[in-house]
Amino acid sequence: MKPAAFAYHRPETRAEALALLAEHGEEAKIIAGGQSLVPAMNFRLARPPILIDINAVPGLDGVREEAGQLVIGARTRHATFEKPVTAGPLGTLLARVAANIAHTPIRSRGSWGGSVSHADPASEWCCVTRGLEAELVAESATGRRSIPAADFFQTIFTTALRPDELLAEIRLPLFGPDWHCGFAEYARRAGDFALAMAVVACRVEGGVIREARVGLGGIASTPVTSPEAVAALLGQAPSPALFAAAGAAGAAATDPDGDIHASGEYRQDLVKAMIRRALVQAFA
Amino acid sequence: MAGLPDEPMNWIGRNIPRLEDPALVRGEGRFVADIAVGSRAVVFVRSPVAAGVIRGIEKPDLPRGVLVITGGDVAALKPIVPRLGRFNYVAIEQPILPRDRVHYVGQPVVAVVAPTQREAEDIADAVFLDIEPEQAVVDLDSAAGPGAPVVHPMAPTNTIVEGRIRTPGLDAVLAESTIVEIDVRSRRQNASPMETRGGAASFDKASGRVSLHASVQMPHMLRTGIADCIGMPEADLRVVAPDVGGGFGQKMSLFPEYVLLVWLARKYRTEVAWIEDRRENLIASAHSRDQHHIVRGAFDGQGVMRGLDVEILANIGAFSCYPTTCGVEPLMALAEYAGPYKVAEYGTHARGITTNTAVMAPYRGVSRPVVSFALERLMEVAAKRLNIDPIEIRRRNLVTVFPHRTPTNMVLDEASYLETMEKAVEVADLPGFRARQQAAREQGRYLGIGFSVINERTGYGTPAFAARSMEITPGYERVEICMTPSGEVEARIGASPHGQGLRTTLAQIIAEEVGVDVQRIRIIHGDTDRTPYGWGTFASRSLVIAGGASKLAAGKLAQKLKRAAAVLLQGEESQVRLEAGMALIPGGASISLDTIARTVYHSAGPISEKIGYDLNEAATYDPEGTFSNACHVAVVEVDAETGNTRILRYIVVEDAGRLINPMIVDGQVQGGVAQGIGNALLEEIIYDADGNILTGSFADFIPPTMAEVPDIEVHHLATLTGATVLQAKGVGEGGSIAAPAAVINAICDALQPFGVQLFEMPATPQRVRAAIRAAQETSP
Repeated sequence: MKPAAFAYHRPETRAEALALLAEHGEEAKIIAGGQSLVPAMNFRLARPPILIDINAVPGLDGVREEAGQLVIGARTRHATFEKPVTAGPLGTLLARVAANIAHTPIRSRGSWGGSVSHADPASEWCCVTRGLEAELVAESATGRRSIPAADFFQTIFTTALRPDELLAEIRLPLFGPDWHCGFAEYARRAGDFALAMAVVACRVEGGVIREARVGLGGIASTPVTSPEAVAALLGQAPSPALFAAAGAAGAAATDPDGDIHASGEYRQDLVKAMIRRALVQAFA
Repeated sequence: MAGLPDEPMNWIGRNIPRLEDPALVRGEGRFVADIAVGSRAVVFVRSPVAAGVIRGIEKPDLPRGVLVITGGDVAALKPIVPRLGRFNYVAIEQPILPRDRVHYVGQPVVAVVAPTQREAEDIADAVFLDIEPEQAVVDLDSAAGPGAPVVHPMAPTNTIVEGRIRTPGLDAVLAESTIVEIDVRSRRQNASPMETRGGAASFDKASGRVSLHASVQMPHMLRTGIADCIGMPEADLRVVAPDVGGGFGQKMSLFPEYVLLVWLARKYRTEVAWIEDRRENLIASAHSRDQHHIVRGAFDGQGVMRGLDVEILANIGAFSCYPTTCGVEPLMALAEYAGPYKVAEYGTHARGITTNTAVMAPYRGVSRPVVSFALERLMEVAAKRLNIDPIEIRRRNLVTVFPHRTPTNMVLDEASYLETMEKAVEVADLPGFRARQQAAREQGRYLGIGFSVINERTGYGTPAFAARSMEITPGYERVEICMTPSGEVEARIGASPHGQGLRTTLAQIIAEEVGVDVQRIRIIHGDTDRTPYGWGTFASRSLVIAGGASKLAAGKLAQKLKRAAAVLLQGEESQVRLEAGMALIPGGASISLDTIARTVYHSAGPISEKIGYDLNEAATYDPEGTFSNACHVAVVEVDAETGNTRILRYIVVEDAGRLINPMIVDGQVQGGVAQGIGNALLEEIIYDADGNILTGSFADFIPPTMAEVPDIEVHHLATLTGATVLQAKGVGEGGSIAAPAAVINAICDALQPFGVQLFEMPATPQRVRAAIRAAQETSP
């Protein structure tokens, strides 16, 4: 359980980190919390020749509100979100999500940016990022660009980040008080990778749902949205029957992958239940 | 008959804190990995394919001080070949390192020795095994069926061991009774001790001896097995089991890795150590309980089970474990299927089937968790079929008259099968639960209650093993005891605890006899240089057998001390009492045991004529065995949407006879239940069709955590058995034996509205969901 040999860099400025990335490109792997990378290296499933440790780079932590968005520094640890980081439905939602991420030691070390850069389809932050249509801001020695979540997740463990890019921020929409948000997942043990999860956000006006976002995780090679569940919700008044119908509509449109813990058919059952439960929570 | 011990005792029955814990909680325990510091690291390159022919092994350029050892280098080592005298046993041979073929993923093929672990792993990474894959057979039923690929040419049907028992009247009973048939599947388990396997072997140049410190349960047996494979005198090998972090049976067997460590240390006159990592432990240590049973119960109209007819298949993996042999699972199921129930006519047919999978070895309860699961499911299904209350049907079938001779000639000693169940029903408040269950169903929530009544064969000596026709018959234990000149008591035991608290309980037993404080008693164990030959710790035996031998040896020491005291106090030996470190004549003179000890060794004089020149005694104990028993109750909530099971309450009513330290007994029960919950709901080793293992980490093979294990309430009845000198029964395995049945019965009870019946363990959420879905599809 020892990793293969690697070179280690610990830059102290963002410019230095970006210069190292520009120099080493695909040879290099960024390490922040290391909660996925280090086990993979110890199993020798990952063998990056060069590690760039960004823990000494200033300015990558913390959250701020800006132009209707919650801007999350990429190195912000999961544990930061255990208590609401913003007033309103989004802060509450993120706290509910954070409680489902692994265990306390992992939450105190793992980071949001590390999680989405790793792009494990069963990651809660990936599901939220995709489901709530976040923007991801990447930096390189040559500039800075914003990538919509829909383009960011390409396949399992693969994102749109270029080898010379560092993920700097994640920008989520700040929902107003007319939004209702919920999250549900099913994992076999407390803290395990979820077999399926759903995040929902609905804006209610005049007693009916006018806008909705539904994201699903753990069921395909990337986190996905569920336009079918959204379609079922729009224009309807929230009710238990509606939530069940949205779950059924969302699940029927999926064709989930199977593995040893969950067949595709079982995952479909879970998707249905998780959408429904996330909606129940949102409107509780 | 069930009651509390009548005679007050000084030490037995007290909840004294475990004597071994202060060092452990301070982090001052000495485990193999502590002892291995500074040794050269050994890393094994393991077969990546389940079946194949070794074409070649390519080694990288080796730095100085690095060795790469292959099967060709150790051709002189004899293979591991455990033997059984009958049951059509095929004595397959397990090579230390194979030269020509591999038989399972994880089989050690090459050993790399390097100055550090990191270097050894780097070299191991660069070794290339050129293996031509062949068709593997993995699945139990496929391997047992016609036309399956043959794992070992000497066993053309893949059957390594086969037993058959059939009472003469069975066919008649089957013909005239209501037959309830169930098809039961237990999926493969890993015992998952917290400390993995590991060994550190060191050569002593002065004496030419090798010391092997290893995380094992049977140090004396390991020494014999290693010496036989290497062809060296046992006297040249010392095996020490230091602090051991759990074993649960997985650390009983002789593994090739240990033979190789001793061979390396001896040949290269050096120190080498191998510390298994978790992935190796999950893939390549030992597995268990991959079994398939077809059970037919023959019931009369009153729900009395008159006959039992069972077909048993057990997947024994690629080789036969030493010393128990791969008969351990199938032959236990063969003989012990009736459990706590009286059944007149009995038929079992059991086969151990070899496959290209990791080796099966004993795991806490061996086959009995599966047998109990099958029997307790059978009782539930029969009750439903015959329209009898499930508790009532058990009342009609449990053994209540003792001693009871089973159809397979085992004698069940005094126990409380019925009483523990009645007590459990009362503690669980069954009527109250039914009301809550009904109320919950009306809200769309599914609560269930499950019962499991078991007996647990414990503390059995050599006759029981001889009955299985094992060439090696474990069983007896010897204890050598002495009082030092300064008055402490040292007991050298052949048993070898690995977390059970035996240092504490044996000290309590000895203290009771000799009248010294437990703090002045040292239990010396696990070191073949310092302890008498013994069998170690397994089969819920240590407290009964090593405890019995301790009591007998301590009783002899006490007699000797009384004799010496009588001389020194000028009284009658029969009047002398030993209490609180003193020998005293009631109403008369007294003398400290320390003074007696000092006098015996250093101023023998007149005492030597009476007692000789020392305070050494010894005793050996080899009992027939005793059955402890329990009723477990699980209360669960099943989430019908996800198939998830949450255990809301868990009750154990246990009868282990006289309890030496009730707190330690409770700990054994609770630990066993936790493992049983893992068996029932979570844990499953999974191979793909080619024999690749898919559960190589705790992310995929998932033992329960604190979040999945509820508080476990333990209640005691105490049937003081005459079958053991301590009136105590073993209690190491009952928790894991009873729990799967209780939990899965509870799930089925919860899902009564769907008519779901489950016969597979673990009852994973996807299996539960699939059963609900199937039930809904068949009855819309």
